[in-house]
Amino acid sequence: MRFASAIAVTLLIAGAAFAAEIPQADRRSGYDFMKPETKAMQDEDTANPGMLWVLDGEAFWKRKANAAGKSCADCHGDARASMKGVAARYPAFDKATGRPINLEQRINSCRSNHQQATPLPFESRELLALTAFVARQSQGAKIEAGADPQLAPFVEKGRELYLRRQGQLNLGCTNCHDDNWDKRLAGSAITQGHPTGYPLYRLEWQSLGSLQRRLRACITGVRAQAYDYGAPELVELELYLMSRARGMKMEAPAVRP
Amino acid sequence: MASAQINVPPKAQRGDVIEIKTLMSHIMETGYRHTASGEVVPRDIITSFICRFNGAEIFRADLFPAVAANPFITFFATATESGKFEFEWIGDQGFSETASASITVE
Repeated sequence: MRFASAIAVTLLIAGAAFAAEIPQADRRSGYDFMKPETKAMQDEDTANPGMLWVLDGEAFWKRKANAAGKSCADCHGDARASMKGVAARYPAFDKATGRPINLEQRINSCRSNHQQATPLPFESRELLALTAFVARQSQGAKIEAGADPQLAPFVEKGRELYLRRQGQLNLGCTNCHDDNWDKRLAGSAITQGHPTGYPLYRLEWQSLGSLQRRLRACITGVRAQAYDYGAPELVELELYLMSRARGMKMEAPAVRP
Repeated sequence: MASAQINVPPKAQRGDVIEIKTLMSHIMETGYRHTASGEVVPRDIITSFICRFNGAEIFRADLFPAVAANPFITFFATATESGKFEFEWIGDQGFSETASASITVE
């Protein structure tokens, strides 16, 4: 009898440890948690405000970065072919720095190395527009980020940050997004935190924003000190979240409440 | 960098009620906000939206502070003849944008 209850306790502990992981079959995009009206807004290009940035991004793609420089299109040609599925693989391993970099950082590294132009500030209209335009070419593609074995240690670091409790509220990402995703927080759905649609248009922001903007808002929400844009910790967290969503479909530019 | 997205059905039967959807890129600054140093952020909104069909005005809206950024305006019209819809947005600080879309009515 004692032996049986010991097993039960062991099972409970094991169960608690595994509760953190969402089974593959139960994974849901933030889209699934939205009202029909918001879904309709995302589904139709002419109603999706994110498409305004995509249109701008297309113009920037063709425009020369400076008088002497080249445009994105001069090297990459038609983004519809050359950028197809690219965003689904980011953050990716960057040989030059030996670290993962996200799509915004890749665009900026391209600007400094190949276009002799200054890097664009994070969350600037132009960087968001270019990122949205590139990400749009992966709409419907399955997320593949984190598959590169060189990324394994960084995915693990991102996972540690995801699980770590922090801030005055002493919460880790996992406490909401794995353990309580079927509940609500002050009337808003708690989602599973799969970054399928970034950069995306948040109605709350009245603007397009990056995944890092969202992560910083969440970190501030648990009353911790948010990392700066482009910080290695945020990129690792981004990488872990994308690898956690591997196989899910890209929706960029998505709309969220 | 203003740009518009217009959704008008390219074809319709005579007498059909069609939905016209427009999305305009705009920041819509209310004029009620202050900077950290206490100065008012000047109002910058779209003040009117006009739709003309073959030159005749068929829809107009006056906009005020508290309208969302990137306003999405939709309305209905009855298809009577083939022609061209012309859209115009006018706003503060000299903002003026136009767009157009054609429809074939059978």
